[in-house]
Amino acid sequence: MTVRDGQERGGEDVAPPPFPPAGPGPAGPGPAGGKGGDDGYRPSARRIARERYRRTRTRRAFAVASASTLLTAGALYALIVNSPGWQRTRQTFFDAHYARISLHPILHGLWLNLRLLAVCGAIVLVAGLLMALLRTLRGPVFFPVRALATAYVDFFRGLPLIICILLCVFGIPALRLTGVTNNPVLLGAFALCLTYTAYVAEVFRAGIESVHPSQRAAARSLGLSNAQAMRYVVLPQAVRRVVPPLLNDLVSLQKDTGLVSIGGAVDAVYAAQIIASRDFNYTPYVIAGLIFVAITIPMTRFTDWVAARMNRRQSQGGAV
Amino acid sequence: MSAIGPKSGTADGPEPALRAEPVLRMEAVRKTYGGTVVLRDIALEVPAHTVTALIGASGSGKSTLLRCANLLEDVDDGAILLDGQDITDPRTDVDEVRRRIGVVFQAYNLFPHMTVLDNITLAPRRVHKEPREQAEGRARELLERLGLADRAHEYPDRLSGGQQQRVALLRAVATRPRLLLLDEITAALDPELVGEVLAVVRDLKEEGMTMVIATHEMAFAREVADQVCFLDGGIVLERGTPAEVFGAPSRQRTQEFLRRITEAGRL
Repeated sequence: MTVRDGQERGGEDVAPPPFPPAGPGPAGPGPAGGKGGDDGYRPSARRIARERYRRTRTRRAFAVASASTLLTAGALYALIVNSPGWQRTRQTFFDAHYARISLHPILHGLWLNLRLLAVCGAIVLVAGLLMALLRTLRGPVFFPVRALATAYVDFFRGLPLIICILLCVFGIPALRLTGVTNNPVLLGAFALCLTYTAYVAEVFRAGIESVHPSQRAAARSLGLSNAQAMRYVVLPQAVRRVVPPLLNDLVSLQKDTGLVSIGGAVDAVYAAQIIASRDFNYTPYVIAGLIFVAITIPMTRFTDWVAARMNRRQSQGGAV
Repeated sequence: MSAIGPKSGTADGPEPALRAEPVLRMEAVRKTYGGTVVLRDIALEVPAHTVTALIGASGSGKSTLLRCANLLEDVDDGAILLDGQDITDPRTDVDEVRRRIGVVFQAYNLFPHMTVLDNITLAPRRVHKEPREQAEGRARELLERLGLADRAHEYPDRLSGGQQQRVALLRAVATRPRLLLLDEITAALDPELVGEVLAVVRDLKEEGMTMVIATHEMAFAREVADQVCFLDGGIVLERGTPAEVFGAPSRQRTQEFLRRITEAGRL
């Protein structure tokens, strides 16, 4: 029997599912064979009228939403297209030729961004969690550990990322240490990890502190050690709560991977910059920007979905 | 005490001959969750200035009935009328209806980031647009009457459960609602704190507040209620005056329930 399976069920009276099923319509009394469902119930005229009204409302809401969306889009389009500099802007920023020739180098550079995101993201999540845990250690023995972790977070959260990258990419090779790489990509990735671990550690710590002390008390009173209480009771709740801000940091990290180009590596943004400065056309920037946006949207929707599913499983809802 | 409540004693009895429109009326209310019928053909009338007690085992539908009355849940079928207005009509302005209904929950649900005074004056000030002095004056007066005047600037988590629940009651009545719904408000309290909360309910009855109370406190229901409804499996199995329901229950289920309660020492 695992402790983690013990999800709380506020099971006083009937614990209702989050939402009642949308009216099954005049067809009949819901799924047959449900407990006590087969009681010869026939929907009244009042219910049928009510549901008809609700359907009309839904249709109307959909129509209004569509109309207002079209109107807004039309207005924005007209505003941009009719602006005095539109012709010139379109040539400089939205040129199909440059979009075509820049796409391949940008995607090639993007591969570097994605690899950096995957590697740095994984390191940052683990190291950030570790750093947050170090800061929660109790007892005087751990004072230096706590102090160091706090100092680390304070320092690297405040240090501008560009300066951190410059110091790592140019400063570490200058030390001429044997066995330490001079590769600007690796050093840039190291700098990214340093800064983002500090951010993520703070997110995790906020999550850990948001779990009510009574949860820890309950866990400790079952005989779980401090570490076990953290591992099985506090952390699972804390991590769920901080998923949205964590995603925020990961998206931010994804964009900042471009800064490793400071050391000379060619990522998607730098690839776009090379073309843009050669031909004085900004279309490659627009293409690179759209690609970055296109990558983050599925990530956001995925975490929204995960969070919504967790909420559905844990809480009873209502039509508030 | 006025003689209220149908003499027939069951849900499908004839309509009681009441001249005035009841504050709350339920007609053939039905509520299902998935395939489970939680409320079935509920009929209920709560005349003005009366107290209706809902009794029954956990899961019998008491809480759901209250949640439906406050529109926290949509009913599947039937109608709920507040002062004669069908509030289950989809065109109803839900916020406007809730402004006329006060609710107190089992878990108090006070806002932990606000002081007692702010908890009580939130709705009068923000919803009913009362000026601050007026809202706070009334809140202080109410607190004074419950002997909680010195707690006005405390935060809820620093109060005892009984004090919190009394503040929650004040918060619910601060807007002078037409109807007060109390959902097992003493169920989370220590036995010695139950009395102070029930005393407030008793005071409210004296003042003529119309209330519907879901409760496990049978002695209290018997004392304070004008009408008692015994819910079982989502239907009002028995309805009548406390004397009728507690003294001479006509249904076997009611008898069994009351016997179990008595054995548990709660009557």
